[in-house]
Amino acid sequence: MELDPKIPPGPLEDKWDNFKNSARLVNPANKRKFTVIVVGTGLAGASAAATLGELGYNVKCFSFHDSPRRAHSIAAQGGINAAKNYQNDGDSVFRLFYDTIKGGDFRSREANVYRLAQISENIIDQCVAQGVPFAREYGGLLANRSFGGAQVSRTFYARGQTGQQLLLGAYQALSRQIRAGQVEMFPRHEMLDLVIVDGHARGIVTRNLLTGEIRSHAGHAVVLATGGYANVFFLSTNAKNSNATAIWRAHRRGALFANPCFTQIHPTCIPPSGEYQSKLTLMSESLRNDGRIWVPKQPGDKRPPATIPEEERDYYLERRYPAFGNLVPRDVASRAAKKVVDEGRGVGPTGIGVYLDFADAIKRLGRKTIEERYGNLFEMYERITGENPYETPMRIYPAPHYTMGGLWVDYELSSNIPGLYVIGEANFSDHGANRLGASALMQGLADGYFVLPNTICNYLSQHLGETVSTRDPAFDRAEREVRDRIARLLSINGKRSPDYFHRELGKIVWDHCGMERSRESLEEALRLIPALRDEFWRDVRVPGSGEDINQSLEKAGRVADFFELAELICRDALDRDESCGTHFRVEHQTEDGEAKRDDEHYAYVAAWEYAGEGQEPRLHKEPLKFEVVHFAQRSYK
Amino acid sequence: MRLTLHVWRQAGPDAPGKMVKYEVPDANPDMSFLELLDVVNERLIEQGEEPIAFEHDCREGICGSCGVMINGQAHGPLPGTTTCQLHLRHFKDGDEIYVEPWRSRAFPVLKDLIVDRSALDRIIQAGGFISVRTGEAPEANSIPVPKEVADEAFDAATCIGCGACVAQCPNGAAQLFTSAKIAHLNMLPQGAVERDARARRMVEQMEAEGFGSCTNYAECEAVCPKGIKIDFIARMNRDYVRAKIRSTGA
Repeated sequence: MELDPKIPPGPLEDKWDNFKNSARLVNPANKRKFTVIVVGTGLAGASAAATLGELGYNVKCFSFHDSPRRAHSIAAQGGINAAKNYQNDGDSVFRLFYDTIKGGDFRSREANVYRLAQISENIIDQCVAQGVPFAREYGGLLANRSFGGAQVSRTFYARGQTGQQLLLGAYQALSRQIRAGQVEMFPRHEMLDLVIVDGHARGIVTRNLLTGEIRSHAGHAVVLATGGYANVFFLSTNAKNSNATAIWRAHRRGALFANPCFTQIHPTCIPPSGEYQSKLTLMSESLRNDGRIWVPKQPGDKRPPATIPEEERDYYLERRYPAFGNLVPRDVASRAAKKVVDEGRGVGPTGIGVYLDFADAIKRLGRKTIEERYGNLFEMYERITGENPYETPMRIYPAPHYTMGGLWVDYELSSNIPGLYVIGEANFSDHGANRLGASALMQGLADGYFVLPNTICNYLSQHLGETVSTRDPAFDRAEREVRDRIARLLSINGKRSPDYFHRELGKIVWDHCGMERSRESLEEALRLIPALRDEFWRDVRVPGSGEDINQSLEKAGRVADFFELAELICRDALDRDESCGTHFRVEHQTEDGEAKRDDEHYAYVAAWEYAGEGQEPRLHKEPLKFEVVHFAQRSYK
Repeated sequence: MRLTLHVWRQAGPDAPGKMVKYEVPDANPDMSFLELLDVVNERLIEQGEEPIAFEHDCREGICGSCGVMINGQAHGPLPGTTTCQLHLRHFKDGDEIYVEPWRSRAFPVLKDLIVDRSALDRIIQAGGFISVRTGEAPEANSIPVPKEVADEAFDAATCIGCGACVAQCPNGAAQLFTSAKIAHLNMLPQGAVERDARARRMVEQMEAEGFGSCTNYAECEAVCPKGIKIDFIARMNRDYVRAKIRSTGA
């Protein structure tokens, strides 16, 4: 299979304009003859559905939530990047592009990343016009702050609720199109299969989560905007219902899955406290602007933090990375925390954690300023841990957060299946092996508001006059498979809950393919996962029926897909015999313990093709060509 | 710690409901309230019974999915908190806890603790947006917004749409929700153009959805997990009256 990324010709800075100037168009009178299905209503999905509706397409939009406003984008705290250079600190489109390529450890596509940096400026304009209440300075202009992995202040924010405010902007734009009748909204519907007719994506099969009704929906194109899959780890910062089912079902229908092993472990999360723990809570990375990270110098030092004198503390990030200090990128900060915990210098009751200390910042800026900047985060921390972070340092530890892997897409955000588009976190495209802070919101909105609406007409214009309907036998077949699978899950009647299997699966993936991996650990995981999966299909218990609200059934279906995905993650990690970004193979590290890339052999996107149940997937490679930036060892020292 | 739960179980919208008692002899004070329900559910499944249906997602207090009446109080006893952020350390060993779905005619029960809150979406669809096109929006800094205005708009915009305000109101009124959304957009220069039409349409949609009337109990403010102030209701009433008087017909 030839993987054509369809990168437009011309110099990097002209590629997007060249594309737009030569793309085919659909005239306004014809747009209403097309139906586009959008699955997911987070930043990417809501912005795409709203924009396509505004352009005049008929949009059918699906969400498994009761309201499109609840998508997990809502939980993003920190901010959104844009190369506005309002601070006059030397920022530019090129710098944002360069930081993103370097932060991703040279495993992303130059053309996509450059476009993202270009569009970043329009996103802020668009969101402000929508009434997103970004933080402002007293003069009335927009405020900025800095974020991990960057030396400029380019992050726009709305207190610690940036994701919520941006999502509400997109949700409101979507609501406007629902009112206008351009978007038909299907809340509480879960996509359970993709339907392909003559090699083209032509619809989906959904389950109505209230009535259990299985139904097909046809469209001229399908857009997946269903987010990431970090919940494969069970404990992660993702919302509990975030899952991989939509992209996994599409993968089983032929869509390639790219770089599945690239999972970002976020360095600043609240550490787990016990077995009953259901998820982990992220503390915004912006806290690293003012908080100082440290552990005691002595292993096993259990004294309360306030009684440990300065000279017995190790501010290990400031010591090891003087240029970036506490603001090193996430993968570097996460591994550094794991290292000190492995040395026995971890803090808190479980010994799994490091301090994030605001004492100096409070002394320097006053408690009021800290309250203004981070008040709601401090409150949230206190609520969860029962400790007051104004008085005693926060305890943090890394947790699975964002998945850079996802379905393979070309420059037009099209998967290898014609008519199937994948946007936001659900695709693999812009972040390489590691994502910089405040870039996820940027990508979701860039894809939905600006990229997809321009690229999808290139495809649709070639399908004018074609009628689509659910009468094609492919829909019947897909529906039947969906029904059979539900019936099978309901009939096993074993002894263990879906959550039990999910938790056990998560432990395997975290222990063997988490912050670091080795050949041995991955081979072990590839033995353990299939064994547990067999047990799942023998011993899971799903009470109730398929004909009403059945949350156990929803979970069981998702966990079943996580089993298959987990195996692919480990296989991909095993195959990539180098270290890069968040993929840290212990066999490949520099003398001071940093990730050591192998550009000669691994500067490619690993795109996996599904080969059938129980069959080894086939690997396809998209070589990455760097024409403007040059491979360099990432150093933050 | 030992806790006794009395949970509202209702198989479907038309089925009769009843309180069912569950003993949890080994709850951990560090657990969140939803993790307590997780533990009960896992045991129910292993005994072959149907777990308690409840809504939740982010478990970080921001998505607005979760929410139940705990001992008659929306989101439980701790002020400014969603149910997912309520931890058992705020209860005492041996406590009896009553857990019910949101109470409101406009939020019909779907199953157990899950209610239908789609009326809130329809209020937004009536006018809770700024009619801006996704073309070339003006440079973001071309319209300065005084910090005080931006901050106040933010205070309103912080509503998570959980519905606690409606559930706690003796009248089942949605004034706090609707007014917060109207205030957020009407206060900003970007939203001022549609101020009248927005206030009129949203208020009228709210009334059409079967919510009750506001009689200033202020119970909504007391339980709002985001601390939204009832001052916004006064502002909404002013905007609504102004719109009626000006009656531009937009």
